[in-house]
Amino acid sequence: MQRIGVFVCHCGTNIAATVDVKAVAEALGHEPGVVISQDYQYMCSESGQNLVKDAIKEHNLTGIVICSCSPRMHENTFRKAAASVGLNPYLVEIANIREQCSWIHKEIATATEKAIILGKAAVAKVHLNAPLTAGESPVVKRALVIGGGIAGIQTALDIAEAGFDVDIVEKEPTIGGKMAQIDKTFPTLDCAACILTPKMVECSQNEKIHIHSFSEVSDVKGFVGNFTVTIKKKARFVDETKCTGCGLCTEKCPMKKVPNEFNMGLDNRTAIYIPFAQAVPKVATIDPNHCMMLKTGKCGVCSKVCSVGAIDYKQQDQFIEEKYGAIVVATGFNPIKLDKYDEFAYNQCADVVTSLELERLMNAAGPNGGTLLRPSDKTHPHKIVFVQCVGSRCDDSKGKPYCSKICCMYTAKHAMLIREKYPDTEVYVFYIDVRTPGKNFDEFYRRAVEQYNVHYIKGMVGKVTPKSDGKIDVQASDLLSNEQLHIDADLVVLAAAIEPDKTARPLATMLTTQMDTNDFFTEAHPKLRPVESATAGIFLSGACQGPKDIPETVAQGSAAAAKAIGLLCKNSITCNPCVAHSDELMCNGCSSCEKVCPYGAITYIDKEFRMPDRTTAIRRVASVNPAVCQGCGACTVACPSGAMDLNGFSNSQIMAEVDAICK
Amino acid sequence: METFTYYPGCTLRTKAKDLDTYARSSAEALGIALEEPSDWQCCGGAYTTAKDEIATKLSAVRTLNAAKELDRPLITVCSACHNVIKQTNYDISRDEEMASKVNNYLKLAEPYNGETKVYHYLEMLRDVIGFDNLASKVTNPFKGKKIAAYYGCLLLRPSKALAMDDPENPTIMEDFIKAIGGTPVIYAQRNECCGGYITMEDKAQAAKRSGAVMDSAKDQGADMIITACPLCLYNLKKNSGSDLPVYYFTELLAEALGLKEDNNG
Repeated sequence: MQRIGVFVCHCGTNIAATVDVKAVAEALGHEPGVVISQDYQYMCSESGQNLVKDAIKEHNLTGIVICSCSPRMHENTFRKAAASVGLNPYLVEIANIREQCSWIHKEIATATEKAIILGKAAVAKVHLNAPLTAGESPVVKRALVIGGGIAGIQTALDIAEAGFDVDIVEKEPTIGGKMAQIDKTFPTLDCAACILTPKMVECSQNEKIHIHSFSEVSDVKGFVGNFTVTIKKKARFVDETKCTGCGLCTEKCPMKKVPNEFNMGLDNRTAIYIPFAQAVPKVATIDPNHCMMLKTGKCGVCSKVCSVGAIDYKQQDQFIEEKYGAIVVATGFNPIKLDKYDEFAYNQCADVVTSLELERLMNAAGPNGGTLLRPSDKTHPHKIVFVQCVGSRCDDSKGKPYCSKICCMYTAKHAMLIREKYPDTEVYVFYIDVRTPGKNFDEFYRRAVEQYNVHYIKGMVGKVTPKSDGKIDVQASDLLSNEQLHIDADLVVLAAAIEPDKTARPLATMLTTQMDTNDFFTEAHPKLRPVESATAGIFLSGACQGPKDIPETVAQGSAAAAKAIGLLCKNSITCNPCVAHSDELMCNGCSSCEKVCPYGAITYIDKEFRMPDRTTAIRRVASVNPAVCQGCGACTVACPSGAMDLNGFSNSQIMAEVDAICK
Repeated sequence: METFTYYPGCTLRTKAKDLDTYARSSAEALGIALEEPSDWQCCGGAYTTAKDEIATKLSAVRTLNAAKELDRPLITVCSACHNVIKQTNYDISRDEEMASKVNNYLKLAEPYNGETKVYHYLEMLRDVIGFDNLASKVTNPFKGKKIAAYYGCLLLRPSKALAMDDPENPTIMEDFIKAIGGTPVIYAQRNECCGGYITMEDKAQAAKRSGAVMDSAKDQGADMIITACPLCLYNLKKNSGSDLPVYYFTELLAEALGLKEDNNG
C-alpha cells in the first residue's frame, strides 16, 4: 500500500491570493493513499523542506506530491530533499499550481478547483512512480566556442586560462568580429583595435586555444559532456600552415575591384585578401566569386609571387570531427538591412550611411585614412544629421520591436568625436528617447550636449530627400516645440537596429536550443541562469542572447566560460534516468521511433528470441542508448505497437493523470 | 486569349479616357481580353474608408461579385478604384460582421466573402504577363528616356490589404519602365501624397505638395513622370506649376507596343 504525502505551497501570496491553499490540502488529504496533506507559506525554504523531510521520515512515505511552482523552478530542490532522507528522488511529483493556475486565473473558486484537480492528477501519477537510478557519463575535457568576436574571444581565453583545451570556430577568415570594425569605444573613447587586437594575438599564441577560421559548424551530435561536432573548414585556397601573411599576393592580384566587406563596401579589396592588418590568423584567403583563376582558369599571379608555395587552387572544403564536453554560442549580431526604409533614402544616396559605415569612414584604417569625407564626392560634411531608432522599437513588421540598446551611446560618441575633430561641423541627433543607463553613460551623453553643443532634437525624421546639388533635405518634426524642420544636411547617419546573425537559427536547430521570436537565443532563466541555454552543456555568450555593448558582452563571455569550466572540471556527470526503453517482445522493428528521434539515440539490433514452439528466431528490434536519449518522448508517441515507453513518464502514468483530471 | 473582368471606374469614362483607352488596346495586344461587367457602378470613392459604414462599400462588393460569378480575376487600373475595391475585398474576407451585414443587405444568389482575386493592371503586367515577356513585345522602346514613376499614396497603401509591393521602397513601376526600354529615375518623393482632394479647398496646399513631387523628380533628371491615378495626374499637371510632362503609364505602354504615337519622339 502506497503512503503518499501532499504539500501545498502558498508561495507567499503568489499562489495563496488566488488559490484557497487550505481547501486544496484538505481535499487532497482524502485521495486514496494520501496519509498526510499539509500547506506551508514557502515550501522551498529551508524550514519548508524540513517539513517535507520530517513527514517522509515520520510517516514512512513512499511518494510525495508538491503543489507549488513549475517543476523547472524547484523540482530539483525537492528531489534533493527527498533523497537526503532516503526517498528515491523520482518518487517526487510536482503539481504546478502557480504558472498553470494561480497566475492565470482571477477567481478564487475556479483557481482552487483547478488546483485540486492538478493535485489529484499528480497523486494518481505518483501511485505508479517507480524508483529510478541515474547513471553517469564521462565529460570530454575540451570546449567549443562558436563565433570569434569579442564574446567568443573572451570566453575562449578564460576557458584556456583554467587549463582546458578550447576551439574557436569563426565563419570569417579572421577572428575579431564587429569590434574589429569599430573605431573608438564609449564611454572612455579608447581605440577599439588597441584593446581588441592584443586579445586576438593572445588567442593565437595560447597553446590551449585552436582557431578554426573560415569554418562553420555543420553538425552536432551527442549530449552534455560528450558532444560530437562536425566542423566544415571552407576552402580558402591557401595552405594555412604555409602562408606567412606577407601580403605580396594581395598587392599583385590584378582583380582589385571587389567590395571590401571589412570597410562596409566603402572601398575595394583584391580577390585574394587579408581582411585587415591585424587579422588573426594572418593568412590570405581567395574569394572564389571574384578570382579569375578559379572562375576562368586564367591568371595564377598569386601562385607565382608566393615564395612559400601556399596557394592551392584545388583546395576543397574539409570536414573534421571533434569531441567536446561543452559548447559556447557566441554568434553575435549584425545591423539590419535598410532596404525597407526608403523614406531615409539609404538606397538612393551614397551620403546616407549606417553608423557602422561611419565607424569605417572615421577609422584610420578605413577608406579615407581617418578623415571624415562624404562617400559621394570626398568633401568634408559640414552639417550631419543622426537618426536614431531606425528599425528599433518598431511596431510594424518592417523593424524590430526591441530597443537595440547600444545606439544611443554610439551616436553620442560619433557626435562628440565629430565635434571634437571638426568644430566647424554642425551635428543634429533626432531621438525618441535617449537611453543611457550604465556606468558613466549618462555623463557621457550630457557631455555631448553641454560641452560639445550637439543639437539633440526629440522627434523623428519623416523624409530624407537627396538633391542634385549634393545637399540632403532632411524633413523632421521637433516634438518639444511642435515645429516642422528642414535641415540641409551633407551627411545622414542612420542608427540601424541590430539583429542576431543569420547563422544563429540553423545553429539553434543543430544544438536543440531555444530562440525567441527575434532569433535571440533564450537563456535557461532570465534572471537566475542568464548564460546557460535550456539545453544542458550549451552556454550563451554575447549579443546572440540579446543586444549588448562591449563591457556587458565581455562580462557575459567570462560568465559563460565560468559555467563551461564548472562542467569541464567534473570527470563525469549524472545522466537523466527518465529515458525511453523498448519492450523487445512487443517491438516489430518498424523504425518509426528511429525516424522521429531528434538525438539519434535509437538503433536497431538483430536479436535471438526463443519462440513458443521452441524454435529460435532472429528479430530486428529497437535499442535505446540511454546516454544519448534526452527523454523527449517522441518515440513513445510514434511507436504503433506500444513497445516504446518512457521512464518516469510511462503511458500508464500519463493516462492515470488524464483519468484523474477527467473524473 | 485569356479573358479578365475589367473595372474602369467613372473617372476613366470622363476625365481620364487616356488611362482607359490605352489600357484596353495594350491588353489586347498582349493577349488579354478585358470585359466590363454589365451595370457597374462607382467604386464608392473616398467614402468607403469610413470604417463603420457598409452602405459605401456595397457598390465595390457588387463589382467583386460580378467577377466572381464569371469566375474571373478582376482587373482595375485607377489607383483610387483599386484601393477601394481591394481594401473592401480584404475587409470582407476577414471581418465576419461586415460580411454578414453586406450579404444580408445585398441578398446575392450566393453570399460574397472575398473570393475574387483583384489585380491592379500593373500587377497583371508583372504577375500574369511578366515584365520579361512584355519587354519582348515592345517595338518602340523608350531608349535613353529618363522616366520617373509616381506612386502616390493610394496605389500601395495600406500595404497589408493591397499586398502589391513594398510601400516605402517599391519596384513595380520601375520594372515596368525598364520593360518598355526606359531608364527609371528614383527620387525621394515618389510615394508621397500629391495633395489629393485638398485642391478643392486649398489650392496653395495642393500646389506645395504636387510641386515638391515634381521638383524632386526633375531635380533627379527625369524627362517625364508617369502615374496610375487620375487625381495625381490632375494635381501634378494643374497645380504643381512645373513643366515636366505627366502621363498615364498606359499611354507609354501603348506607345511602346506601337499602338499610339507621340511622346517618345
